[in-house]
Amino acid sequence: MSHGKRQRPDRVRRRLPFWPLILVLLVLCLVSVVASLGFGSERIPLGEVVSAVTDRFTGEDPGRWDVIVWELRLPRALLAVVVGAGLAVAGAGMQTLVRNPLADPYLLGISSGASVGATAAITTGVLGGLGTYAVSGGALLGAIGSAILVWLVATAQGGLTPLRLVLSGVVLSSGLSAIASFLVFLSDDTRAANSVMFWMLGSVGGATWEKLWIPALLVLVIGAGMLALHRWLDALAAGPETAAALGVNVAALRSSLFVGTAVLVGVLVAVSGGIGFVGLIVPHAARLVVGARHRVVLPVAALGGGLFLLWVDVLARLAVRPQEIPLGVVTGVVGAPLFLLLMGRGRYRFGGER
Amino acid sequence: MTAPTPALRLRGVTARLGGRDILRGVDLEVPAGTRLGIVGVNGAGKSTLLRVLAGVLHPVEGEVGVADAEGTLVDTHDLRSRDRARRLAFVPQEEVVAAELLVGEMVALGRVPQTRPWARGGQDERELVVAALDAVGLADRIDSPCDQLSGGERRRAVLARGLVQQCPVMLLDEPTNHLDVAWQLRLLELFADRAETLVATIHDLDLALRFFDRIAVIGWPDDRDPAGDPATVVAVGRPADVLDPARVGAHFGVGSIQVSNPRTHQTHLLIHPREDQP
Repeated sequence: MSHGKRQRPDRVRRRLPFWPLILVLLVLCLVSVVASLGFGSERIPLGEVVSAVTDRFTGEDPGRWDVIVWELRLPRALLAVVVGAGLAVAGAGMQTLVRNPLADPYLLGISSGASVGATAAITTGVLGGLGTYAVSGGALLGAIGSAILVWLVATAQGGLTPLRLVLSGVVLSSGLSAIASFLVFLSDDTRAANSVMFWMLGSVGGATWEKLWIPALLVLVIGAGMLALHRWLDALAAGPETAAALGVNVAALRSSLFVGTAVLVGVLVAVSGGIGFVGLIVPHAARLVVGARHRVVLPVAALGGGLFLLWVDVLARLAVRPQEIPLGVVTGVVGAPLFLLLMGRGRYRFGGER
Repeated sequence: MTAPTPALRLRGVTARLGGRDILRGVDLEVPAGTRLGIVGVNGAGKSTLLRVLAGVLHPVEGEVGVADAEGTLVDTHDLRSRDRARRLAFVPQEEVVAAELLVGEMVALGRVPQTRPWARGGQDERELVVAALDAVGLADRIDSPCDQLSGGERRRAVLARGLVQQCPVMLLDEPTNHLDVAWQLRLLELFADRAETLVATIHDLDLALRFFDRIAVIGWPDDRDPAGDPATVVAVGRPADVLDPARVGAHFGVGSIQVSNPRTHQTHLLIHPREDQP
């Protein structure tokens, strides 16, 4: 039996080897965290930073930079890494859940819901009993509320299918954004509008060691959980019919993915506001360099997202010193051209057809 | 002598899609070891029937059964999804293949029911994938991106995924679509060889007559105006009996004749316009 042979050889899509890449990213993250401690309103020489860090381990007397490095900059750097990693993982999960390359972690109305909660806390002073946690608490309540609302709307219409999730998420997002704006409008406090806007664009400036561990734990647990289901996620990304034919319980997997990303994003938004773009572009960038399987995408996206947001935060501190730019502004300004560049270089399809 | 346990069985099945009954009152038994071809006009519900048999579509009424490893008939929907996918490999008709997956990675998805969701595919998985791709003539494309395959190659790659699932029962929705004439027959033979029981939908009545040992016709009784009415299985049996000119005329609206190939002595079905139509 003779078959026509192809004339053109396939263009090979260059991919980076997984383990070396992970190693490089890990080292880069470590080095970057230490290096980033020198940057800020007060420039600390690298040597001083390193000794400030090591002094704690060697038990020497704390130097003059000890408080700035240990109590302010280190938790902040780590929170940036945690939030970046979490947003990237949540974005990858969301893109698989709704099978849409435009999906980001905030698709389910979580950031809009959070902004309603945060705005209410800022403008009306409810939750005042929580003290410094009032805004975060309001954001978390709003995020959870909106996720539940999206869940109820989608389920009432027949299930958590991609189209229903996207539509109900988008519609509820704009409704909730309107409510947040209305709350600002009602408020007599002119500074409220300012602080609401700054909060919505995101910042890791409020980082403390106490605020760090819950998001860090959640990123680890939910990231590991998704990684443990990487084959099912691959099947789900191939389509619900295919996943069902391959023995995946599609409804259960979708529900778990929904709850996992909603909880993760809700907490991240509560501690850092709505930092855009990271959750959208980092998963795509990861697929571009290591391919689409979740086993490799999730770790690479997590480390890449953490590294990216860490340097975004440094840039936000340095660009117009002593002012700090909201992180969402920097991620957008840096991320968009960076991503267009990547897109033009690799023949990446965003999961779609040519 | 007792009748052998069927590999698949439908009883009184009504299947609904988008609020409309597509199939109603379907009874069907597929004895183990048969090759069953499902034929019918566009929109009759062939794919729906296959999806019900595969257990990915819940019928609103009736029972769906599949033989378990001991040969006992069990309710398909009582099985865990994973166990079901170890008995039944279902390859849907058209599938948007994730563009960023390599061909080998896409085919390896067929191992999902056989492996833990966190397992890293090892060397034996790679070997299975290579063997399946070799069987469908795509061994040299294992590391090509899926979006660089032609329509027919993509079809073969997706079918290779069904092969690595290694199930005793295989359900293929229009496996011959997009394939050239040589591959049509070659792939059907390949699957008949690998599966104990094979069920496939097909449009080519001549190929259906020659290849399958049983044919089920999906359509409307007496070919009444089908406007919106649910279809059902109107005939099941030996291909030469089921695809007689009267039934082909009634259900497909064409004339036909069964002739013997003078060289191979195989029976062929030739289609021609109906004489009573202009």
